[in-house]
Amino acid sequence: MTEPVPANPTPQPGIVEVTPTRPPRSQWAEVWQQLKSHKGAMAGAFLFVFILLSVTIGPLIWRVDPQFLPQGRDFINLRDTRPIYTALWDSGAKVNWAHPLGTDNLGRDTLARLMAGGRVSIAVGLTAMVLSILLGTLIGVVAGFFKRLDGPLMRLADLFFALPLLPMILVAALLFREPLSQTFGPEGGIFILIVALIGITSWMQTARIVRGDVLALKEREFVLAARSVGTTPVKLMLRHLLPNVLSPIMVSATLGIATAIITESALSFLGFGFPPDFPTWGRLLNDSVDRMVLYPERVVWPGLLISLTVLSVNYLGDGLRDALDPRIRGR
Amino acid sequence: MLTFTIRRLVLAVPTLVFISLVIFLLLELAPGDPMAQVPLTVPPEVKERMREALGLGQPWPIRYWKWLVQFFWIEPQVMIDWMFGTTFSANDLRVISWQTRSPVMDIVVQRMPQTLWVVGTAYIVGILIALPIGIYSAYRQYSWFDNAGTFVTMVGFSVPPFFSGVLVIVIFSVQLGWFPSIYDTTHRVTDWDSFVVQLQQMVMPVMVLALQITSQMSRFMRASMLDNLNQDYVRTARAKGLGERTVVLVHVLRNSMIPVVTVIAIGIPAIFGGAIITEQVFKVNGIGQLLITAIEANDLPMVQTLTFIFAVLIVFFNLIADILYGILDPRIRYD
Repeated sequence: MTEPVPANPTPQPGIVEVTPTRPPRSQWAEVWQQLKSHKGAMAGAFLFVFILLSVTIGPLIWRVDPQFLPQGRDFINLRDTRPIYTALWDSGAKVNWAHPLGTDNLGRDTLARLMAGGRVSIAVGLTAMVLSILLGTLIGVVAGFFKRLDGPLMRLADLFFALPLLPMILVAALLFREPLSQTFGPEGGIFILIVALIGITSWMQTARIVRGDVLALKEREFVLAARSVGTTPVKLMLRHLLPNVLSPIMVSATLGIATAIITESALSFLGFGFPPDFPTWGRLLNDSVDRMVLYPERVVWPGLLISLTVLSVNYLGDGLRDALDPRIRGR
Repeated sequence: MLTFTIRRLVLAVPTLVFISLVIFLLLELAPGDPMAQVPLTVPPEVKERMREALGLGQPWPIRYWKWLVQFFWIEPQVMIDWMFGTTFSANDLRVISWQTRSPVMDIVVQRMPQTLWVVGTAYIVGILIALPIGIYSAYRQYSWFDNAGTFVTMVGFSVPPFFSGVLVIVIFSVQLGWFPSIYDTTHRVTDWDSFVVQLQQMVMPVMVLALQITSQMSRFMRASMLDNLNQDYVRTARAKGLGERTVVLVHVLRNSMIPVVTVIAIGIPAIFGGAIITEQVFKVNGIGQLLITAIEANDLPMVQTLTFIFAVLIVFFNLIADILYGILDPRIRYD
């Protein structure tokens, strides 16, 4: 750096000067470029966006009330309708073009219920993921940054790892159901309960990763530089450390959606989730298990939607991990 | 190594006591009343005495202490009595379930074989399938086999057991009629035919569980093999003329197994914990199902004891995994 650079360097024989062929790009453009070449991640992203759009915009197009119960003779006529595709192999099947995916044993439209259920399931997944990431990042950054808090916080994480989580979630879901339902209404209360339970029991992995990265970053020169110009610890964490640990956080956020959706469906499936008249994918699946011999489609559709959503998110997370890893990038 | 083990064992005791306290305090908030099932004609003072007979009515620190004594002091004595025919625990009060009014540990011992058979078999089957898949996927990275394997493991991750279980029931027991959809725990294996029946009823739950275990383990095995395949010692081994089979299956595999073995050890508590959801789907009355019914019936001593047993197993096998890591990998020294 201190050597004087000749103003006009003569090209040495044998040395080919490499000129950059493309303009420099930002880190995120690189990541996007890498992500685009990952077929699985792109397919996952498209599928997830498609499912997301169909459960959010779908009810605006398919304007059937998922809770509508036909009365009187309509009830007999409309209940237990099979999906229209069953007519392909069973000409005597009871199908109705007004209900393309059939109706349930109370005559409610399955397509509308699937969309309503998906809304809840994905909303729970996203909110629980945000909560878990916020908790994990906060605890991870604080533990990595303040040496005094490192020990206690990491022991707390170890403790949470040692707890049998699913049994604890089940117990807590039963315990706090009544008080929260009374305060926030039956649906809102259960939503808050499930999101909180999933968030509180899944922050540890993120916290560990973030803490490890912060510990390494803390010793770097730019942190020293920032400190020397008088940056306060809070600003240091927010402006200098957080942007640098964003990539592992993003990966665990994506994968967190998948776990949250599965946990919510499992809770609903075991009967510890949302109330019976409030459709979520896990609930729909649980309600239909008793009649799966006669009406397998009622089990298959919600299950397929849960699996596809989780699969797409997992593929997206996998691709994102590869794209954000500078060692793999550019291969 | 020995000092490390002892230190960790000593440290595990306060951890476990703290965990048991957390579980106890959580259950303390439970709104249910164990006397709810008692007929209304029973006078309140009799109810009060029944409540006291169950050990309620005292402040929680005393009840917690009693539970600790019962679990750590009386139950081991019962086990010693059972094994050697002694009478240490003749008149001691054991942890009693509110549902059945019988000792919790007796019920646990009754339920354990079903869980161990189904989940344990699934664990072994899953690992046996996963290891070759992981090894070959890593050896031929980005080949069609690797891509197909990645897809299958992704699907295995993503399909929750309450869907895959229901799906295999619809396909194999409703449509094809090959296997029974309900696991019959009263079935006794006496001869070849009954053994075949036992196998048939185990196939579906084992299949569902093994799919999940295989996906996790083969991903792990693949990643671990990939880490090792590009190392210098592999090049050295090839350069000195060793056969490809020896290089991969002896040199690389042995080193890649180190993290995999510890992951396998960490997964073992899940076997005892039973697969709560899979047991529910196939109606296996194992530990997981016992826990669910206990939670639904507000049977607090049962929930407390079961959850704590799970916690003990988790802590213990985490310790085993750490020790195994130190034994298998000479680069890691804890002292």
